[in-house]
Amino acid sequence: MMTASSYTRKRRRKDGAFRALCFTAVAFSVLLLFIFLIKIVHDGAPRFSLEFIGSPLSGRPARTGIWPAVVGSLWIMALTGALSVPIGVAAAIYLEEFTLKKTAFIRFIQLNISNLAGVPSIVYGLLGLAVFSRWFNLQQSILAGAFTMSLLVLPMVIIVTQEALRAVPQSYRDGSLALGSTRWQAIRLQVLPAAMPGILTGVILAMSRAVGETAPLIVVGAASFVPGAPSKLNDLYTVLPIQIFDWSLESRKGFNDAAASAILFLMLLLLSMNSLAIWLRARSASRSVR
Amino acid sequence: MMRNAPVQHVSGQKSARSVPRAVESLMRWLTFASALLSVVTTFGIIWVLLSQSIPFFRAVSPIDFFTGTEWRPTREPVSYGVLPLITGTLIITVGAGIVAIPLGLLSAIFLSEYASVRVRSILKPLLELLAGIPTVVYGYFGLFFVTPLLKPLLPGIQSSNALAGAIVVGIMILPLVSSLCEDALAAVPRPLRDAAYALGATKAEVTTRTTVPAALSGIMAAFILALSRALGETMAVALAAGSTPQLTFNPTQSVQTMTAYIVSTSKGDAPAGTMKSYSLFAVGVTLFAFTLFLNVIAARLVRKFRQVYA
Repeated sequence: MMTASSYTRKRRRKDGAFRALCFTAVAFSVLLLFIFLIKIVHDGAPRFSLEFIGSPLSGRPARTGIWPAVVGSLWIMALTGALSVPIGVAAAIYLEEFTLKKTAFIRFIQLNISNLAGVPSIVYGLLGLAVFSRWFNLQQSILAGAFTMSLLVLPMVIIVTQEALRAVPQSYRDGSLALGSTRWQAIRLQVLPAAMPGILTGVILAMSRAVGETAPLIVVGAASFVPGAPSKLNDLYTVLPIQIFDWSLESRKGFNDAAASAILFLMLLLLSMNSLAIWLRARSASRSVR
Repeated sequence: MMRNAPVQHVSGQKSARSVPRAVESLMRWLTFASALLSVVTTFGIIWVLLSQSIPFFRAVSPIDFFTGTEWRPTREPVSYGVLPLITGTLIITVGAGIVAIPLGLLSAIFLSEYASVRVRSILKPLLELLAGIPTVVYGYFGLFFVTPLLKPLLPGIQSSNALAGAIVVGIMILPLVSSLCEDALAAVPRPLRDAAYALGATKAEVTTRTTVPAALSGIMAAFILALSRALGETMAVALAAGSTPQLTFNPTQSVQTMTAYIVSTSKGDAPAGTMKSYSLFAVGVTLFAFTLFLNVIAARLVRKFRQVYA
């Protein structure tokens, strides 16, 4: 027979143990992050230099650089941004600002967008292969890659823009409409400027997704060995993650280490993009408090 | 001339008003067309997957495809039995779930129930950082960190193996599990917890017997969405788990997932109109069906969960 106090003590012990267990789970996850970062810096730092970033590809691991992949990644990011941001923001404006009633059709579009966000990226690759590479005959060009990537990040751009638009107080629209503006004038002059920091944050995060994404670009034919940097829209190209993929599969250790150096560069690029997004979010938050 | 002037003035005024109206309807149409593009994309995906895999299923009967145990698309005699790819995919998905679900749920409980605002504001961005690492980088970790770590424990392990793939994909989906579970826990109304505390329950008891059960449909939806992400994951498994299609449940062996097959075949040459090219789409449509199934279940659960507390 257990006494009341020993029963209470047992429950308290269990309480403490559960708390410790939960904390361990978080601590372990964060620890993994640090282990990963240390591993990357350890493997990648020796080769990491401005020369490594700026050199063309070579068959010899000691001389190879990542310049073609860097340029390819920047091309893809810029084109994807130029295509997906205007379309994504426009779609969000339609769904949030131009439709006063949530009709069945609007709900259908909305459901459709959230479903698209859950489609595996490689399936977008297959779509791009059939439509852009073959049907539009864009072959293995940067343009085919950018079109495919734009479709991939589009749901993300739409969803973050919708959230940013929803955060704009209704009084902004009402005030503008009451002064006789049209709905579009209210959107362009009041709602969009107010939502801009939120939209930019989301767009940067969507672009960092595009930079890190690999699979669909391999399917639409981004090549692996592109010695020189691309300079036209229909050039062959490669991107950083594909370079990392190929070098990781190489049997020569020198290439594996070059992969780690390329990862280091990619992570620094993503980290600076994410910091920019966080800074924008923090700045707009402190402004709206004032 | 003089008589015309006022008329011109009036018509000028009219056009000044009709310009914003024209812009208005133009913008309405432009934004509508943009929103419609997402619907076109969905139909495009379905159309492409079906139309490109029909020639494949004309040559290979669906029964042979779904029950065949040999996936040998390049060597003679060719054989298109998709089961090895499906088991490869399932090993990775289930293994990733075993890693990510307990860690993710417990992390979410800590962040939502225990952590102070300050601790949470430090830990949460760190987990988000883990989510922001590109998937190909997880593949690198699988190959050059996890597998070397496993080697002393499991001497027969291959240099790409299902276990390393499952572990890195598990770590990859962990932040997703954690943040979705946290949302589900945060949506449980405060009074429910208070009632349990008022009965004298400890925090662990409140959490495990009241809060978590109350958030269960949201938590299950989080698990399923995360598993669906693991199912469609490509680059990490293509590197860490390998590219050997074999029907095995031994996690120390190299396997090939459906996604890894698509990537490794695309890297080579798969010209339009060949069986190789059609096989990409046949595997793609299978993969799509799997993820769609999981996403529909998750959406159902989320809807149920919203009905209870919203």
